[in-house]
Amino acid sequence: MTHAFSIRPTKAKTVQTTAFWIMRGMTYTIVVLATLIFGTIFWKGGSTVFQTSYPFVNTSFILDRPETLHVATSEGKKLQMGDKEWRAYGEKNPDAVIEDHKTYVYSAGGIFPCIVGTVLLVLGSMTIALILGVMSAVYLSEYSKHGLFIEWVRISIANLAGVPSIVFGLFGYGIFVIFFGWNVSLLSGWFTLAFMVLPVIITSSEEAMRAVPQGFREGSLALGATKWQTIVGNVLPYALPGILTSSVLSISRVAGETAPIMFTAAYVVRDELPWEVNKFSDFFFQGVQALPYHIYVVSSKIPQNEYTARVQWGGAFVFLVVVLAIAMTSMVLRSKMRKKYRW
Amino acid sequence: MSITLEKSANQTKKEAAMSTSSLINPSMESMMSETKPKPIIEIDNVDFYYGASKALHGISLNIEPKKVTAFIGPSGCGKSTLLRCINRMNDLVDVARVGAGQFRISGVDIYHPSVDVIELRKRVGMVFQKSNPFPKSIYENIVYGLRIQGVSDKKVLDEVVEKSLRGAALWEEVKDRLHDSALGLSGGQMQRICIARAIAVEPEIILMDEPCSALDPIATAKVEELIHELKNKFTIVIVTHNMQQAGRCSDQTAFFYLGKLIEMDNTEKIFTNPKQQQTEDYITGRFG
Ligand SMILES: Nc1ncnc2c1ncn2[C@@H]1O[C@H](COP(=O)(O)OP(=O)(O)OP(=O)(O)O)[C@@H](O)[C@H]1O
Ligand SMILES: [Mg+2]
Repeated sequence: MTHAFSIRPTKAKTVQTTAFWIMRGMTYTIVVLATLIFGTIFWKGGSTVFQTSYPFVNTSFILDRPETLHVATSEGKKLQMGDKEWRAYGEKNPDAVIEDHKTYVYSAGGIFPCIVGTVLLVLGSMTIALILGVMSAVYLSEYSKHGLFIEWVRISIANLAGVPSIVFGLFGYGIFVIFFGWNVSLLSGWFTLAFMVLPVIITSSEEAMRAVPQGFREGSLALGATKWQTIVGNVLPYALPGILTSSVLSISRVAGETAPIMFTAAYVVRDELPWEVNKFSDFFFQGVQALPYHIYVVSSKIPQNEYTARVQWGGAFVFLVVVLAIAMTSMVLRSKMRKKYRW
Repeated sequence: MSITLEKSANQTKKEAAMSTSSLINPSMESMMSETKPKPIIEIDNVDFYYGASKALHGISLNIEPKKVTAFIGPSGCGKSTLLRCINRMNDLVDVARVGAGQFRISGVDIYHPSVDVIELRKRVGMVFQKSNPFPKSIYENIVYGLRIQGVSDKKVLDEVVEKSLRGAALWEEVKDRLHDSALGLSGGQMQRICIARAIAVEPEIILMDEPCSALDPIATAKVEELIHELKNKFTIVIVTHNMQQAGRCSDQTAFFYLGKLIEMDNTEKIFTNPKQQQTEDYITGRFG
């Protein structure tokens, strides 16, 4: 049936349909790619991290230190064990005939020191970045007057955001490791990572503070509050959820970047755990192992073979879970604050 | 109300025509100044600028204590600007400055470098056009001013909360939900929270910038009633676009136009017998 409004194909409609399907296709491609990436990591990493028997999680992979894998044959039996176990075996069977003995570095044991190191790096650098960033944001949004100088500051911050992370790594190496003499240490890594995410934190904190209605400031000032009291009591608390939102992204970045910590904080391997220090101040001046760096090392710095895959995928899997956990924590924190201060 | 206004407008036209020649005689003027109490706010020939543009031109007027003074005039004529000068809220605007003249409160020039703005604002409270309760509990809203002064004694705070809320005619409505968020209240209640918050710090003067512009007639009536009550204790300056409101609740009315004070007098006089043609035209709704 035809009438005044019956459907007629026109060129405009064809163009629209085509464009729509191209965009839809792109979006689906991205979803497929993301699924592939995560799927592979979860599938391959999962086989390292989980096991079929109780307690279903491979606790030794999570809670042990990396070890060298020994592979050998003894009296027709194939042996495949970590360093500690290997030595115990040797002591128990001193007369065993060992043939085809091969060792594979870092391929046995777990990644516990890397998890600990990454968590420490994230906590420390985010604390520093948030303190510095929020203070700068408060100054920029509440105190600064418009002018050439402030424009210049803003341009610097924007440019800082575009600096590649390896440059931050070299900068940190030059300043903190060499010039300040902090050596390869947590402290050097914290500051290097903090500087890397500072521009993002400053910019988004400032935005979050500007989003707080001017009426709250005026209302507070009109009651005889100082500017400082107003900011602390009546602006910052309402801006915190927004600040935390942006810091979630920064957390992933801090946890994930390898380049900035390569020269400043990360060790390839270290026997002591971070809390095994002689005195408290040593804590800040020790290098740590970190997940992204460990993954980098086991995937490209050691000879690849069928035994290295276990740690690579397992490490990637645990890494994703750790980042997810930290991000989730701050999201829960944020929604709690949102509930408290809603306008 | 509009009918009576129109009638009075016709009346005033004739009267104005008659009285233009006979200026007030000197003896009468001296008599009036004797009966007038000493003003609490004196605005003395003030010029005010936003950057290069002049927003106020040589404003001079006096505001008497324990009276309600209304500022009226068309949009953009500088009512808010003048009001915000009185507690120096314009300090927040980077480009704003007083170019000439003085604001005196109880005889003190409030723009003198020796004046502490914080002390000034404690004594000159403000209620804003857009009600701005803080996203905290009702209780915390009321005690905000005291907390920043360092008062933390719970007994004192509790007392102030009850007194201020009663003062703002809100106690009965909210006494059971003092610890709920103030943002869960109705628009009229929120505006009264802001008034209660302002009176909690016991100022001498309360400035109100169109406090009822976002309220319905019932809430407006409540706030107006409240203003009537409050004038026993406070000096009130109120900006309004609502002629009836100015007529109902103020003692004195000042009419502004394009940054100039056209006329200020007793409210009754302004509404029934204004001296200036512009005032009459505005009040009768011929422009503005
Ligand atoms: N922050 C500012 N910066 C620059 N100019 C301003 C600023 N605030 C007000 N003005 C200008 O000053 C003049 C007076 O404004 P003001 O807000 O005092 O008017 P008003 O009488 O309160 O108007 P309304 O009844 O619409 O509230 C206007 O021309 C306005 O554009
Ligand atoms: Mg205004």
